[in-house]
Amino acid sequence: MSALLDIRDLHTHFFTARGVLKAVNGVSLSIGRGEIVAVVGESGCGKSVTAFSILRLIPDPPGRIVGGEVLFEGRDLTTLSPAEMRAVRGRGIAMIFQEPMTSLNPVLTVGEQVGEVLIEHGTVPRSRVKARVLEILESVRISDPARRIGQYPHELSGGMRQRVMIAMALACEPKLIIADEPTTALDVTVQAQILDLLMEMRDRYGMAVMLITHDLGVVAETADRVAVMYAGRKVEEAAVEALFRQPLHPYTQGLIRATPEGAGSAAGFGRRPARLQEIPGMVPPLHAMPPGCAFAPRCAFALDLCRQAPPPLVMRHEGHQVACYRAADIEARTLEAVA
Amino acid sequence: MKAPILVVDDLVKHFPTDDGRTVHAVDGVSLELAAGETLSLVGESGCGKSTLGKTIMRLYPPTSGSIRVNGQEIGTTSRRAMRPLRRELQMVFQDPFASLNPRVSVGRAIEEPLIVHGIGTRAERRERVSWLLGRVGLPADAAARHPHEFSGGQRQRIGIARALALNPKIIICDEPVSALDVSVRAQVLNLLGDLKDEFNLAYLFISHDLSVVEYVSDRVAVMYLGRIVEIAPRERLFGAPLHPYTKALLDAAPIPDPTRRRGRRPRLDGEIPSPLDPPSGCRFRTRCPIRIERCTTETPHLLSAGSGQFVACHRAFEGASVPVPVPAGAPVTGDALAMR
Ligand SMILES: Nc1ncnc2c1ncn2[C@@H]1O[C@H](COP(=O)(O)OP(=O)(O)O)[C@@H](O)[C@H]1O
Ligand SMILES: Nc1ncnc2c1ncn2[C@@H]1O[C@H](COP(=O)(O)OP(=O)(O)O)[C@@H](O)[C@H]1O
Ligand SMILES: [Mg+2]
Ligand SMILES: [Mg+2]
Repeated sequence: MSALLDIRDLHTHFFTARGVLKAVNGVSLSIGRGEIVAVVGESGCGKSVTAFSILRLIPDPPGRIVGGEVLFEGRDLTTLSPAEMRAVRGRGIAMIFQEPMTSLNPVLTVGEQVGEVLIEHGTVPRSRVKARVLEILESVRISDPARRIGQYPHELSGGMRQRVMIAMALACEPKLIIADEPTTALDVTVQAQILDLLMEMRDRYGMAVMLITHDLGVVAETADRVAVMYAGRKVEEAAVEALFRQPLHPYTQGLIRATPEGAGSAAGFGRRPARLQEIPGMVPPLHAMPPGCAFAPRCAFALDLCRQAPPPLVMRHEGHQVACYRAADIEARTLEAVA
Repeated sequence: MKAPILVVDDLVKHFPTDDGRTVHAVDGVSLELAAGETLSLVGESGCGKSTLGKTIMRLYPPTSGSIRVNGQEIGTTSRRAMRPLRRELQMVFQDPFASLNPRVSVGRAIEEPLIVHGIGTRAERRERVSWLLGRVGLPADAAARHPHEFSGGQRQRIGIARALALNPKIIICDEPVSALDVSVRAQVLNLLGDLKDEFNLAYLFISHDLSVVEYVSDRVAVMYLGRIVEIAPRERLFGAPLHPYTKALLDAAPIPDPTRRRGRRPRLDGEIPSPLDPPSGCRFRTRCPIRIERCTTETPHLLSAGSGQFVACHRAFEGASVPVPVPAGAPVTGDALAMR
């Protein structure tokens, strides 16, 4: 069966005074129906630009999709008219953001915002809108929905606002929810509630979720599959267990080992055998990318080859892709180390 | 136990609001920090961690309570009188950019505390600055540059160099790595660990990130709505938490290991209430899955559960023998308990 969303060799550039920023530089990613796919990577690696490209929300100027296809149920979204695109945003794909306040209308009540989406969507007769709004609010576990319906966004806590965002997304009955760092601004107990809710929506309605995050803990707890991005490219993709068990890209390995709980048993500053493994240096700026692999300047495995041309993404195992010339050596080494 | 280097006793910090109400940001916190120890302070946003740190630093005057550094009171003395003791106590902030003047060069920013305290000649201070830059892993030419030329991780190194300038014994680190990406976070955590070993620093390490806290701490204090609800050695807190809020936090924290995935499970409802009008009795009771009537009427105090673990919960000792009541601010090591 074909994927719900199939991004093929997407290139999104920003044309700035400093030159052309290749924020998304040849990313391919597919998401199946009902699947939760996490996109991870450090800030600036192109996660949000990928998401905005799917929905054609890149500000132009300075940005533009300059290449590739975004197939959603087989239709290439990059070629749709604005009106057709609006329809996709209304019913096919919904997006929720890190800071719900920026996407909620401050002068509309919760009931009005969710109701408006339903009316636009047009599947619920006007006489049923209020009842349906209450149902939806209940389904995202908003307590006391009859009272909440009359409240304004500023009267709600961060967690409640995120629930309202999810309610608005649900009102469209989307097939795909793109959640861009939906819990980054929330406390850990509230984060857990929201992640549970997203998983429940998937289980109940079969929605697919593209979950953008920089938090490997969130990935491990929620995703089926993971794509790791670095400097505008996907450097590795695998099922979640495989990615954590056998990361093949040196960057993915570095991320996992630099995460305190990924470093083995906690040791404490007091008695610490376990220095965290560092990834030396930092991400090169987009306007000064090295010619070869963007990770090469920070990579302990880099060869001359790595500095010449970016490595292609290859399938090393069923469902496990990696873009690294040294992946085979690295895999052999880790297997030796385990044996 | 080694004499504690910092003793905070029943510290209260309230903020009045414009409409005549009171924000109970910190409401009776007692803790001790030994030389060379890392005590972490965890809790969700708004629970009063930063206010506690800043009040200890005397960036805010305390509403009541005492703060002693090396046995000397700094909570009530004038800022001038406490200046010599202030050298012992420094702070590193989450957003080093906000605490660095954009128009002042990095070298000057690091030198500033030395100037304020009248330390060294100009040449000596310059030398110290370049030594500090090297020690935190910045190039010597950083001194002449300005904060905006640096990345987040480098700015945090600048903030750390500045905090180190006066050779303090205690550094209050307020979310020092929360704004940093994973790979850079590891660099800064390693640096903080190295500096601690080298200078026998004590850290009061404020964080909302349990994985970082588990990594850095000797002891951990859990805060909720202005109060400490549990304080324990790290292994106890993570291995055998007693307070229902500590348990809920640990349960909610995502684990970066898919083989340990716990699935959807009962969650703590709701969010932290407003510190303008905190619940009576136990402040956690409105979200607590095991609350009883007593929790509404009676404030639970921190009581010893042995092995240096203290918990403020009426339900924590059910079925156990009556715990030893311990006054607020008591030392919390096993040794100290044995002495009692
Ligand atoms: N409107 C814009 N103009 C110029 N550059 C942009 C714009 N939006 C994003 N970028 C650049 O694109 C890169 C990727 O950004 P983004 O996708 O937001 O990263 P993240 O992975 O943190 O979500 C960044 O380097 C950012 O500076
Ligand atoms: N300067 C201030 N004036 C008034 N209220 C404040 C001030 N600083 C903090 N608060 C309030 O005190 C409470 C505790 O805040 P804070 O110490 O920043 O919490 P944390 O650092 O744990 O997130 C919050 O409700 C916050 O709004
Ligand atoms: Mg982003
Ligand atoms: Mg704070």
